[in-house]
Amino acid sequence: MNSDAVIIGCCGANLASLAFALRRLGCDAPISEDPERVRRASHVILPGVGAADDAMSRLASAGFSDLVPTLTQPVLGICLGMQLLFAASDEDDASCLDIIPQRVSALPKHPERPVPHMGWNQLEIAADTSLLRDVANGDYAYFVHSFAAPLGAYTRAVTDYGVAFSAVVEQDNFFGTQFHPERSSTLGATLLSNFLRL
Amino acid sequence: MVVKGVQFRNHRVMGDILELAARYRDEGADELVFYDITASPDGRTVDRSWVNRVAEVLDIPFCVAGGIRSVADAEEILNFGAEKISVNTPALEDPDLIDRLVKRFGSQCVVIGIDSLEQSGDYQVYQYTGDVDRTEQSRYRTLPWVREVQDRGAGEIVLNCMNRDGVRRGYDVAQLAKVRAVCDVPLIASGGAGEMSHFREVFEESQVDGALAASVFHSAAIPIPDLKAWLIEAGVRIRPPDDRRAH
Repeated sequence: MNSDAVIIGCCGANLASLAFALRRLGCDAPISEDPERVRRASHVILPGVGAADDAMSRLASAGFSDLVPTLTQPVLGICLGMQLLFAASDEDDASCLDIIPQRVSALPKHPERPVPHMGWNQLEIAADTSLLRDVANGDYAYFVHSFAAPLGAYTRAVTDYGVAFSAVVEQDNFFGTQFHPERSSTLGATLLSNFLRL
Repeated sequence: MVVKGVQFRNHRVMGDILELAARYRDEGADELVFYDITASPDGRTVDRSWVNRVAEVLDIPFCVAGGIRSVADAEEILNFGAEKISVNTPALEDPDLIDRLVKRFGSQCVVIGIDSLEQSGDYQVYQYTGDVDRTEQSRYRTLPWVREVQDRGAGEIVLNCMNRDGVRRGYDVAQLAKVRAVCDVPLIASGGAGEMSHFREVFEESQVDGALAASVFHSAAIPIPDLKAWLIEAGVRIRPPDDRRAH
């Protein structure tokens, strides 16, 4: 695929699986910690694992926390990377990038629904988005998270885990998936391919 | 789904492993576990680059078990692209290892494997189970150990019921139900799958989050797409076989 996508490399391990997923689509996306390189990319992917507070400090010290909200090309936040697009997170009361003015909160604990929510769960499509082209209601994606974003005008797909939360979000040129497309089999490949075509 | 390898570092074997991984991926397995049973020898540096080659072909989560004794071991495996690491005996020897792994990588990466054997009405945890000659009873009983590993932050528990291992007479639903009652994190059943009904039984009667099997899948005695279609028909809520693969 002929795009100059770049992966922001400073907030999370496990970038190998994402890089491989993109390579399977023919996109050799470099992993970069250089804001200038990222600014020039055609598509930007912001993956994240770990805690929100820690990821925000890493973004800030690498010079990304000011840059990311100003980007105009398509940006895709994955998992914690999606949560960072929000204003704040209840996780360590972290201030985030404030692209979507809402707060991320903890998934409620329930005897039948262990937290972290870890495993395959279904998507319910909430609104049209080119990110979900060829994705159907009820398709399964792979989730690993303890915090979740509420529903809003930006919600494009919803998943239910005791509470309904945003599984896919879109605001202007910013997109996010709470699940891991790189671990979500062919659904994930479809979504990444849709993103790279934006 | 389990791939158990004695020689992941042997090129021919690795080819077979990658082929098997791709086959299970295409058949709709939800997750793969790789038991690297040669990785244990004490303190010896092992080449784990095979994990990277597996990550290259898999688009579903996979977990690596075997020989993870330190944060550095785990970090290497996760950086190579595994989703999770699973720790068994080293956690029994040094329970604080669980806390260190959780602190560094988060609960979601840290799976604790427990080999449990029923003995006169109680359940005992066994250690060094990768090696038949060294297998011995640990100092832990199963239910207290299940509680302890959760208190230390483990994000998932794979309970291998040794009485059933390789026997194909069904999962130990009674033991799994008792563990379920004290387990608030995802619980995966292991040991005993022999026919499709065993999977339904363990989901319905023990309320586990996943069922792991090896031999029935390796031998193709139970094809995964058939198993999934049958379970869905029986009302178990799981991800259906992947119909995009066909295109």
